[in-house]
Amino acid sequence: MAENVKPRVKVPKSASAGDVITLKTLISHPMESGQRKDADGKIIPRSIINRFVVDFAGTNALDVQLEPAISTNPYFEFDVLVDKSGEFTFTWYDDDGSVYEEKQSIEVA
Amino acid sequence: MNLNRRKTIALGAGGVAALLGTAALAQTAAAPAAAPAAPAAPATPAASAAAAKTTDQWIAEFTGGAEVTDGGVALTAPEIAENGNTVPVSVAAEGASEVLMLAPGNPTAGVMIAKFGPAAGKREIATRIRLATTQDVVAIAKMEDGSFKRATANVKVTIGGCGG
Amino acid sequence: MTRKHVAAALALAAMTAATAVRADPIDEAEISINGGEVTLPTRAPAPAFLKDVLPEVRSGWLYRDPDTRAMQMDDFENPAMVFVDQGLESWDTADGTVGKSCADCHNDIESMKGVRAAMPKMNKAGDSLWSLENFINDCRVNRMGAEEWGWNSPEMKNMTAAVSLQSRGMPVQVAIDGPAAEWWEKGREMYYTRYGQLEMACANCHEDNAGRMIRADHLSQGQINGFPTYRLKDAGMVSSHQRFVGCVRDTRGETFKAGSDEFRALELYVASRGTGLPVEGVAVRH
Repeated sequence: MAENVKPRVKVPKSASAGDVITLKTLISHPMESGQRKDADGKIIPRSIINRFVVDFAGTNALDVQLEPAISTNPYFEFDVLVDKSGEFTFTWYDDDGSVYEEKQSIEVA
Repeated sequence: MNLNRRKTIALGAGGVAALLGTAALAQTAAAPAAAPAAPAAPATPAASAAAAKTTDQWIAEFTGGAEVTDGGVALTAPEIAENGNTVPVSVAAEGASEVLMLAPGNPTAGVMIAKFGPAAGKREIATRIRLATTQDVVAIAKMEDGSFKRATANVKVTIGGCGG
Repeated sequence: MTRKHVAAALALAAMTAATAVRADPIDEAEISINGGEVTLPTRAPAPAFLKDVLPEVRSGWLYRDPDTRAMQMDDFENPAMVFVDQGLESWDTADGTVGKSCADCHNDIESMKGVRAAMPKMNKAGDSLWSLENFINDCRVNRMGAEEWGWNSPEMKNMTAAVSLQSRGMPVQVAIDGPAAEWWEKGREMYYTRYGQLEMACANCHEDNAGRMIRADHLSQGQINGFPTYRLKDAGMVSSHQRFVGCVRDTRGETFKAGSDEFRALELYVASRGTGLPVEGVAVRH
């Protein structure tokens, strides 16, 4: 398992119904591309976050397949339509089988 | 005296290096900015070819062989990236259900496939990507009507003076 | 052609070259972070000892590309903040045989406000110049019964990042008199000493040619008020000593070690060159 993997998400605390809000997410992860060599000249095996999914109140907003060209500490910015109060679920899937999940709620008036 | 001479040499060398730098920049700037419509030939080194899909294979899989037309997709990327390790890019395509992004000049061409779900607010996504070299980044959007749209953006990846 | 004419021609050629590659930093007076929630001045009057060589001292941020600058203008987009978070977590985590965390003695990390702005400084015993890293390791070994962290280890850089953030916006003000004077003098001498096969001193790039291009790289004044900084090339945190190692190595020289007496002396001198610039804790560079 990659060490010190830590997700961060930025979600507004509140919004009005029907608003399109901008979310930002970042997860600390080396995103080892499988292209680099170690000191002995051996290829360092690929180890990346390969999928990132965002759901709002049980409905999918975004589903991304990541390739090794995504930078270290993958960052995403995207928009979600909120029509009622609810919870966001952010899920990152690691090559090594680990799954990292973060949740955050929003009050929609 | 010795110091002065050294200083002069250093300045001279600096000037030449600087001039070369300028010339190189001018040259890249003068290169045609518009990307050819056809995807660049895949340049996958043998070492990583085993599992890596080529640019053509990525596109064929994504489109199922359907025609791809230019326009209708906005791909935003810096003209010059200060470091190829972390290049901010964004792609927006109104009416798209998913977008494929490729970096044909990288050892492996794939960057990402982003699918927009019912809760998506806009058909737009921004991220940070790795570019191994100066190249045309490609974005292809699959529209809700089943058509495919493409945009390319040339990004010059500079090699800094200070690798340390 | 007389010698004088040759010299004049050379000077003219040098001037032409210089004009051709001018690439001044941008004009921005401040770094506006989180939409103006935090503002950091980008310039300060040069300290007295630099009056004759620099008109003012400038943040390295001014020399970077718009995208790199933008990353520092939002605490969420600034990748260094991930490491600050890890440092904050470590602040509250007990370690070592004593079973204490930083917080057990120092309470909230806000108590570290101002610390980074005065670094490096003489230790309590007054017998050595210490960087922030030395103070942290002193606590770990002598108060926590924990092992030292490596100078450039992730744990150390996470902690220096978290501590630096507490001083964000405070002007750099290091003591260069009294017992520190000797160290400062040594650092100053290093700054102007040519190292390596390329025979280059810090001053050749960062004093004589700041604002010009070295290949495709825009030379800054080499200020360290933004360190530890997130460096895009490394996709991680970089300490000022790590950057010094890179610079000396680029001269094709044998470098001093991170944490060495030499680099601590140099850190003091370079920090003093940025007197009045705010601690950017934590910057983004390329």
